[in-house]
Amino acid sequence: MKKKIVKLDINNHVYEVLVSATDLLVDVIRKQIGLTGTKKGCGQGDCGACTVLVDGEAQLSCLMLAIACEGKKITTIEGIANQETGELHPLQQAFLDHGAVQCGFCTPGMVLSSKALVDNNPTPTEEEIKHALEGNLCRCTGYVLILEAVESYVDSLAKGEV
Amino acid sequence: MTKLYEVSNKYNNYKEYTREFTEVGRNIPRLDGPAKVTGKVQYTDDLVLPRMVYGKILRSPHAHANIKSIDYSEALKLDGVLGVITGEDCPIAYGIVPHNANEHALAVGKVRNWGEGVAAVAAIDEATAEKALELIKVEYEVLEAIVDPREAVKRDDLRIHEDHPNNIAYEGVQVYGDPDKALAESDYVIEKEFYSSYVTHAFIEPQAAIADFDPNTGKLHLYATCQVPHYTHQQLAKVLEMPMNKIRITVPLIGGGFGGKGVASQADFCSALLSRKIGRPVKITYERSDVFATNNGRHPCYMKFKMGFDKNGKITAVDFNNLMDGGAYSGWGIVVLFYTASMVHIPYAVPNVKFDGKRIFTNKPTCGAQRGLGGVQPRFAMEQLLDEAAEHFGMTPYEIKKLNAVESGYTAKSMMYVPHSEYKKCLDEVVEKSEYMNKIGKLPYGKGIGLSGGYYISGTSYTLYLSYKPHTVATIKIDDENGVTLYCGATDIGQGVDTVMAQMAAETLGVKTEDVKVVPRDTQISTFDLGTFASRLTFATGWAIRQAAEKVNAELFPVAASMLRCRGDEIAVKDGYFYSIYERHGRHGKKGKEVAWAEVVDVYMQSNGPLSCSGQFTPPRRKGIQQGGNIGHSPTFGFSAQVAEVDVDLDTGKINVVKITEAGDCGQPINPMSVEGQVHGSIQMGLGQALYEEMQIAPDGRFLNPSLHDYKMPTIRDMPKVDANIVEAYDPSAPYGGKESGEGPIQPTIPAIFSAVYDAIGVRFTEMPLTPEKVLNAIKAQKASK
Ligand code: FES
Ligand code: FES
Repeated sequence: MKKKIVKLDINNHVYEVLVSATDLLVDVIRKQIGLTGTKKGCGQGDCGACTVLVDGEAQLSCLMLAIACEGKKITTIEGIANQETGELHPLQQAFLDHGAVQCGFCTPGMVLSSKALVDNNPTPTEEEIKHALEGNLCRCTGYVLILEAVESYVDSLAKGEV
Repeated sequence: MTKLYEVSNKYNNYKEYTREFTEVGRNIPRLDGPAKVTGKVQYTDDLVLPRMVYGKILRSPHAHANIKSIDYSEALKLDGVLGVITGEDCPIAYGIVPHNANEHALAVGKVRNWGEGVAAVAAIDEATAEKALELIKVEYEVLEAIVDPREAVKRDDLRIHEDHPNNIAYEGVQVYGDPDKALAESDYVIEKEFYSSYVTHAFIEPQAAIADFDPNTGKLHLYATCQVPHYTHQQLAKVLEMPMNKIRITVPLIGGGFGGKGVASQADFCSALLSRKIGRPVKITYERSDVFATNNGRHPCYMKFKMGFDKNGKITAVDFNNLMDGGAYSGWGIVVLFYTASMVHIPYAVPNVKFDGKRIFTNKPTCGAQRGLGGVQPRFAMEQLLDEAAEHFGMTPYEIKKLNAVESGYTAKSMMYVPHSEYKKCLDEVVEKSEYMNKIGKLPYGKGIGLSGGYYISGTSYTLYLSYKPHTVATIKIDDENGVTLYCGATDIGQGVDTVMAQMAAETLGVKTEDVKVVPRDTQISTFDLGTFASRLTFATGWAIRQAAEKVNAELFPVAASMLRCRGDEIAVKDGYFYSIYERHGRHGKKGKEVAWAEVVDVYMQSNGPLSCSGQFTPPRRKGIQQGGNIGHSPTFGFSAQVAEVDVDLDTGKINVVKITEAGDCGQPINPMSVEGQVHGSIQMGLGQALYEEMQIAPDGRFLNPSLHDYKMPTIRDMPKVDANIVEAYDPSAPYGGKESGEGPIQPTIPAIFSAVYDAIGVRFTEMPLTPEKVLNAIKAQKASK
């Protein structure tokens, strides 16, 4: 298949990658660029493990063609913590503090879906949080602590603590 | 000195340990958490080795067929294809239970379930490997498939395995006491049938394997997603005909297991065989459909129960007949069959028991071990039977459960011994917290509340290949380059055992958990451990760690004593300091006799070099175990109780679980935060099985829903409010008093929901899942009969 060089802006760095028209964003991110924090749990758009931010919106990278992402701003889980100091994003910290991480396989997707929500709507209701996360499956945690983690982040955001 | 080395967990001879802990019982976010939230940590599929290529497995579209021929010559001609293997490359059968081994990495002569692997390809990239699969021609002679065990057991003319008449994989009868007589003399007897459904683990990380065979040294290094690296190690050695010492297994991080990764995956064997064939590392990552085809999910059970009671509501006997659907191969089957048998004996005292069980082969993906294996099925039935009996006796379910509950020191007829139980406390606590007594029978039509109990083993007493060697070994190394390093092969599958192990080591060594480095999951580096199953890790590795740490202390205490100028038996260690127990606090604000842990280590190192000590654990064996009753035998047991509150939509039949209140006896929680996580996860899995999860197999054996789209499991929207509580408990037979919490809490979830539905609409359902259709039909029938 004919391949083409595309420029992908991932975590504020532009990568030039050689992709075919059918290469999925998730595979390019994981295999070509080597950012393996983005996970692949189903490859069919059902689990949310592969969630990344594309222009600030949570998207399933297993349903996106890499070639279609040229000119868009992509953020993966590696781009969430402070790039200079390595300090965790308060949302990541909230996941840890609330025991919302077990095996951790769904975690990058969960964090990114939550971040997209709160970035667009800093005061979401419980219902809105559930709506934002219902496409992210987690089999370990029972979700309750994940919900608590996001709520606590929203809370501290409202209080201006973070 | 010998005294210090002694770690006694012999029954009735417990060493009195202090129950004042500094590290144990602390809420510590898991130590690998930061690496997980940043995406830094690597799971198997994230690894890349130099010269690595990719493998793919071709799967059968038929559930039952003879393989007449496989022609892969065209595939080999494709540019980029490096090698192909078929069943001919793996003629030796393997199995987690060695004496029933009948599985192959790729089908040999015959396929017995949809999706069974028939050939595997290694190619330069995944796209090429996939293309190659399409070029492999397999000629099948399709056979009739049987997917219902009730049918399969009658069909001796159609044997799935030639050497198993009537498709019976195993059968067994166990009789304790005189159940027939007891039932005849009972004041009240209930008889009922139940069906528990075919569900799967649905961990989010699909299995992956990378095999790296080095033709120059003849050594194989396998990176695998595996809960039981030791057993995989054994089986690889057998199938590849290599000595175990030439094989190394490294388990990177695991993205959930729940028992599903408790068997060697066929990707492990195929990648190894391919790598040996082509001399390059081979990675195989499962697609989600591969995961379903090889899932080893929960055994569906057709259960007949007869339960007798005396005039006061005390259980007199249980007669349990279990026909279990095993799917195509043996797997963990024999273990699960006899676990269902043993699950009848606790958490209630049952003086007479009869079990008659069969595990049947059918043409569907093999059933195996899934969280709470063997317990979930009979618990579903027994808890509801108790509720029904309660009604007969004019009691509440709470009263009858409390009346029959076992207590510490109980010995079942099967010789299962309960060193410690706070089950009654669990019942009390959930009833109080949920205000069950005010609500039961009093809520409006459509709303209901249900109470259920459960328990699970905490460890296992046997190796699967019957050996007397220790079940786990832990080594602690102390030096001034790395501080405290704990080596133990226990496999963290997401439950958090790495952190819990560090906590236990830190507790005895008197250092901080965060300062303990754990080296787990590598058969070459870490120490021996049987694997993650039967909720055994905290218990088994806990004892091994405690013993190792006490040996370390035995070396360091005399050094500390001489530095402090006091006697060796006066020394204790805590919070990073050795101190004299008599003179820790000096008078008038002056410092007493204490010295920093690191200083003592430094002095020790100057003359002795690094210090390393090992501990080990072998489960105690009880005398007088009767034939058959030994399966499910466990050093100790965890207990739990749950109250579910539901809201039934009377127009659609949809059940909305509003709240679950849980109380668990896990002994002393080592890390309460992790316990809470285990409880929540258990409830989620139980809820899914109760209401909608089900793998659906067509009559011809085709798998109808092998995707996370069609296999419905709970999302964040489906989770009820959860109030998880830990009751005050301390199991003296357990290390630091702590026992199981990963599998017990799933037991009550399903019957509690079913009982709540009974309370809501007055219909007792006996089949899972409780779909809206079933509920709506029942409501309609109810209206029609009025
Ligand atoms: S991997 Fe993309 S949704 Fe599952
Ligand atoms: S933490 Fe394991 S899937 Fe969510």
